[in-house]
Amino acid sequence: MRSFTYERARTPAEAAASVSSRQGAKFIAGGTNLLDLMKLEIETPTHLVDVQDLGLDQIEQTEDGGLRIGALVSNTALSAHDTVRSDYAVLTRAIAAGASGQLRNKATTAGNLLQRTRCPYFYDTDMPCNKRKAGSGCAAIGGFSRQLGVIGISDACIATYPGDMAVALRVLDAVVETVRPDGETRAIPIADFHRLWGDTPHIETVLEPGELITGVSLPKPIGGQHFYQKVRDRRSYAFALVSVAAVIQSDGSGRVAFGGVAPKPWRVSEADALLPNGAKAVVERAFQGAKPTEDNKFKIPLAERALAGLIAQARS
Amino acid sequence: MEFNAPAGRNLFDDAKIVGKSTPRIDGPLKVSGTAPYAYERHDVADNQAYGYVIGSAIAKGRIRSMSLDDARRAPGVIAVVAATETDPVGTSDYNNAPLFGGREIAHYHQAIACVVAETFEQARSAAMLIRTDYERDEGAFDLEAAAPDAPLASKAHKQGDFDAAFDAAPVKIDSRFHTADESHAMMEPHATIAAWDGPKLTLWTSNQMVNWAKESMAEILGIDAENVRVDSPYVGGGFGGKLFIRADAVMAALAARAAGRPVKVTLQRPLIPNNTTHRHATIQRIRIAASHDGHISAVAHENWSGNLNGTDGENATAQTPSLYAGPNRLIANYIATLDLPEGNAMRAPGEAPGHLALEVAMDELAEALGMDPIELRVRNEPDSAVPGRPGRTFSDRNLVRCLREGAERFGWDKRSATPGAIREGRYLIGMGVAAGYRGAPTMKSAARVRLQSDGRLIVETDMTDIGTGSYTIIAQTAAETMGIPLERVSVELGDSLYPVAAGSGGQWGAASSTAGVYAACVNLRRAIGEKLGFDGDAATFEGGRIEAGEQSFAICDAGELSADGEISFGEFKKEYNVASYAGHFAEVAVDIYTGETRIRRMLAVCDAGRILNPLSARSQVIGAMVMSAGAALMEELAVDPRFGFFVNHDLAGYEVPVHADIPHQEVIFLETLDPIVSPMKAKGVGELGICGPGAAVANAIYNATGIRVREYPLTLDKYLDRLPEID
Repeated sequence: MRSFTYERARTPAEAAASVSSRQGAKFIAGGTNLLDLMKLEIETPTHLVDVQDLGLDQIEQTEDGGLRIGALVSNTALSAHDTVRSDYAVLTRAIAAGASGQLRNKATTAGNLLQRTRCPYFYDTDMPCNKRKAGSGCAAIGGFSRQLGVIGISDACIATYPGDMAVALRVLDAVVETVRPDGETRAIPIADFHRLWGDTPHIETVLEPGELITGVSLPKPIGGQHFYQKVRDRRSYAFALVSVAAVIQSDGSGRVAFGGVAPKPWRVSEADALLPNGAKAVVERAFQGAKPTEDNKFKIPLAERALAGLIAQARS
Repeated sequence: MEFNAPAGRNLFDDAKIVGKSTPRIDGPLKVSGTAPYAYERHDVADNQAYGYVIGSAIAKGRIRSMSLDDARRAPGVIAVVAATETDPVGTSDYNNAPLFGGREIAHYHQAIACVVAETFEQARSAAMLIRTDYERDEGAFDLEAAAPDAPLASKAHKQGDFDAAFDAAPVKIDSRFHTADESHAMMEPHATIAAWDGPKLTLWTSNQMVNWAKESMAEILGIDAENVRVDSPYVGGGFGGKLFIRADAVMAALAARAAGRPVKVTLQRPLIPNNTTHRHATIQRIRIAASHDGHISAVAHENWSGNLNGTDGENATAQTPSLYAGPNRLIANYIATLDLPEGNAMRAPGEAPGHLALEVAMDELAEALGMDPIELRVRNEPDSAVPGRPGRTFSDRNLVRCLREGAERFGWDKRSATPGAIREGRYLIGMGVAAGYRGAPTMKSAARVRLQSDGRLIVETDMTDIGTGSYTIIAQTAAETMGIPLERVSVELGDSLYPVAAGSGGQWGAASSTAGVYAACVNLRRAIGEKLGFDGDAATFEGGRIEAGEQSFAICDAGELSADGEISFGEFKKEYNVASYAGHFAEVAVDIYTGETRIRRMLAVCDAGRILNPLSARSQVIGAMVMSAGAALMEELAVDPRFGFFVNHDLAGYEVPVHADIPHQEVIFLETLDPIVSPMKAKGVGELGICGPGAAVANAIYNATGIRVREYPLTLDKYLDRLPEID
């Protein structure tokens, strides 16, 4: 871990301004991912701006009947919230499927959106990795890629966004709210938040330098049955081989997003429209153009089978 | 004490303390976080500095240069030990590649430097400033590719005419299995504090075999063994990964010399899988032939593994000579030369992966015969003579009882003989069985017992407790033999200043070390008798008192007295095959959609002689069952054959089972005694428990789905396309 300086910001705008004004500065919230990466010097911030005092820890109803989740609401608090449990159950289920109780207590809503990949070559600093060090190459391509991406990836990087929460947010059409260093705010649809990184895999989101996430808003509830299935080799505390977030209405229509397969939660609206036709139709459309490796090509039939299980459950 | 003949009736047959479930006497220290593990021994030496080990970034080749100046100038740095400046150390009998090899690189993450600083963070930060330039050589990293040319590891065991018998038999199977490279993944990383006092070196460390550590450290550093002291009172798991001195101890010693003060080193978790040892992957081919009524006529078990220098492979055939009858045999182990990190002992080396293959092959044979897999095993139970070993008999063997009792307890009669027949909702349900066999060796073992004037007793021995419960069974043995309450015994372990014990490995520790303590106590009884004027062997020690004919004493009447004793084991044992046995059962649910296998329940019925402490023995078996389930379902160090290393080298990438994976486990011990083992008539269980459960899981998956996968771990990607069609 490199030496760094540290401050606690008092307002979101102040935090954003502080990070943008210093080369190599970063925000820190729960630190559950950042600190691990700093210990390995995969992240080497020169200055940390702690955002925990910003008061962004409330969950509130919005005027249009939705919900606004503060950036610092912990995973535990969010998944246990009454309205989330009753009206956005896919979110509760996704969060509960992730990490461990201890980590969920500490991890925040904004931080979770920014969780970095778990590609083992990204973590081994002796290996080339375009995401860790732009232009150094990708050891994962041609290597052990069982956990890695099958679609939306590039010749520079085949890593995935590893989280669960964001996959549920994607089917709920959440919106990420931010403040920029100049004090301007903006609302970024979750669909646009994570980038398909192409040949710049070190740039993972559309956030600008110093731009701070202040919250996530959910549109008003959409009803339906909510599912989150996370398929993994062990039952707890493991990243998804494939995860499926789905909201299925009584007429068989609905929405579906996949995790563990791409640089972002993977949802294709044309595939959603095929839900009444069954899992095969949805997955064929959603994974059109996929480029799996020999190690991870199983993820596509696995996604289909997992979704089929949810559709069967919705019907029963 | 020479153990030269089978044990007769002795005091342990009327035991009041030995054999009773007894909570760990060290439990309060552990649950309160005050048991002194190696890295936390802040009080043993003043002025400790922190060392951080750097591992090689290539698997094979040499170092051209290292830039060390930035690290040396970094804040807090005291010393840098680097491969380009410091001579390589020697190797001992217990390590294959040098633990610090100078410029020549033998495997990935081999230690090439250690940075010493005032704080851990400073050492780590400085270490990352070191730039190393390598010249990379090609290496051999692929077992499958190397296996066809691999030589025999030792002479093949041949009996009868396997080929002719196999050809002639009416029912036969011929299967090929792969087991994965596995990591010990113990909770406590390797850790050592090293301090020099002139020529004398002290290591406060975490090691299973204190005397081996002392002697090999002397060999590695080229110093006199008498100048090395090793202290390892608490070990947070070892599983064979801490049988030997590793880089933490060597680099701490070199760093302490360079720094001129004590240095503590722990291996960071991501370094451990490639820097230390692992269980070797295997390829196994098993052919078994039988008559229609299920009598095995021929068995061939061939096994391939690989290692550095083509030595010390994973002998996966270890159980095969003794587990079943059958007159015609071919048993062979081949060892390829690989440039992967060093393979070495991990819990039940040989037998653990061996059972994953043999016990599935037996399941396949049972199916080919149309016979219940338990009945097949019972039918092939050898008589008392060990097959192919004239003059050798089994000491005490109750495998059939294990299987029969297990079948009854587990509800085996509810298993469908037809695979894929039971479905509950989205799950396919199946049951599997496997036999378990693990040798029960003993090693000579010594102890000292010191009677205090207040009647308390202190036991001193360099035996280790690696989380197994040694402290408690040793206290139980001493209390029983001296006739005093358990609370009056304190046990000091793991210090090389104490008499040399068997240590913890090969599941020999419990049986051997307690017998050594017994031997010391017998000598103490004699010494007390001499002092007070009676025959110590004839007297009764009970309730803190001594009854010797007409005479009666309180034990504290003897005042302070000390006695050493050692148990050694005689030649007569060679006439016997001494082993422990188990019947392992598993029930699984396989998700018909995703193929995820979840264990529902497991049962082990164990035959291991006298169980010294059923409470801690049960924990041992439960832990071993979990480890075996891990090997069956998820554990694999993934090899990248381009770079020659294990890719998933941390506990996020190398998954071991969690509680939710196995909701219910049960362990039953048969009440047996084996007089050939030791005066205790007890055998170890720590490795027995990992021999078979994984195969029972694999057989249960087959029973659930009708899909046989022979490549471990049995992850869903290997059979997803064979699951029933869904819509």
